[in-house]
Amino acid sequence: MKVLGLESSCDETGIAIYEVETGVIQQRLYSQIECHREYGGVVPELASRDHVVKAAPMIIDLLQQNGGVHSLDGIVYTRGPGLMGALMVGACIARALAWALDKPVLGVHHMEGHLLAPMLSEDKPEFPFVALLVSGGHTMLVDVEAVGEYKILGESLDDAVGEAFDKTAKLLGLPYPGGPELAQLASTVSATDLVFPRPMVDRPGLDFSFSGLKTFALNTMHKLTPLSDQNRAEIAFAFEQAVVDTLQIKCQRALKQTGYRRLVVAGGVGANRTLRKRLQQMSAKLQTRVYFPALEYCTDNGAMIAYAGGLRMAAGQRDENVTDVLPRWSLETLQRLN
Amino acid sequence: MIICNEQDMKAFGAKLIQPGIAPGVITLKGNLGTGKTTLVRGALEACGITTGVRSPTYTLVEFYQLPGFSIAHFDLYRLGDPEELEYLGFRDYLRADTWCFIEWPERAEGYLENIGLELEIEYQNECRKLTAHADNPWGERLRRAINLK
Repeated sequence: MKVLGLESSCDETGIAIYEVETGVIQQRLYSQIECHREYGGVVPELASRDHVVKAAPMIIDLLQQNGGVHSLDGIVYTRGPGLMGALMVGACIARALAWALDKPVLGVHHMEGHLLAPMLSEDKPEFPFVALLVSGGHTMLVDVEAVGEYKILGESLDDAVGEAFDKTAKLLGLPYPGGPELAQLASTVSATDLVFPRPMVDRPGLDFSFSGLKTFALNTMHKLTPLSDQNRAEIAFAFEQAVVDTLQIKCQRALKQTGYRRLVVAGGVGANRTLRKRLQQMSAKLQTRVYFPALEYCTDNGAMIAYAGGLRMAAGQRDENVTDVLPRWSLETLQRLN
Repeated sequence: MIICNEQDMKAFGAKLIQPGIAPGVITLKGNLGTGKTTLVRGALEACGITTGVRSPTYTLVEFYQLPGFSIAHFDLYRLGDPEELEYLGFRDYLRADTWCFIEWPERAEGYLENIGLELEIEYQNECRKLTAHADNPWGERLRRAINLK
């Protein structure tokens, strides 16, 4: 079975073709970051308009090089969660294409795509595992027992971790999206006397809270004003250390609670090098294993949607007469795939 | 009014939803980290919503249905153009039974005039200074009810 996957839940327009039997995947990604940078954030209407402009040429290009549109057995797309306008564009394209070709169509859960993205790597984890999903919009720890069998162990009670990175970066005067720039700035120092709190690590449970770190960064900046470049780098460093420590402590707790031996890190913040290094050190100590999807599969992409949707479609799942998208959609409501 | 910690900011937010006053629109101006979301969280918690309160920065709006009324929490920080408010279906939320809390109203300049109560939060060292400006008679009633100048 060969499926076309479309991802358009937020910034990225992602298109991929996945052949379920051979496991071969081909993808195209068009990042809209350049387009958003001038506006200082993700712009919903602009994002959806850009998906409209970019998606069709990307699909045509990908299909021309991979057997043409009639070689497809189905179309899958991100049905939620995400921005309403952006989701609608992908949904309309996918459903119209499926209808015109008389092929099956299936809406995919964006976060399931992220959870299963590590399966696209050569060294893939076996089930069950604990997944840490960390991105601009999400921070959660998930018990992944099987495809479609997900239990949320903990999540952010306020800001997502990527959001905390981006907002703190903005406070430090860095451009959008500031997360990677903040990490870059942090890497220019290796120690500081500044100590940021580790939110919620002293309480039991696996929930996170990151909005206080932003305020702490702000108060620190006010105290140190006028800020030198060294001050700014140290604030970035202390902030990143606090975030990474917190994530590591919760991951360790989640592994202990579930008894699982495998940890999978997904989402855009999974590309953070300090986090990767810290979790690898933890795994070595605990004799567990940590898996990171290839960087191209860490951020939003079409391949993860094509993969998750392809698995489900190969198992016989279809959407009949679906016309809505689901900006809010709980992972725990998904059907287990046997 | 001066507020110096998270608990007091939440307590202030809790006072905004008054049983004797019909739902309306409250806008919240203030820089990153001044406590706008904390204030709204206080209002939500006072209404019994203690779990699943998320920052709407990414989703732009979070909606809470309660018995008899609802609360819509907007964060317009990522809006590039005021007109984009229309693409969020903003007008669908302006209902007689819905409290709207709108962070970063300045991103929707021209769309949120004379709409209710404007709150502004400013840094004052580690504390925050709150001021209110009523935009219409409803806002004035609420401002008096919470006794904020």
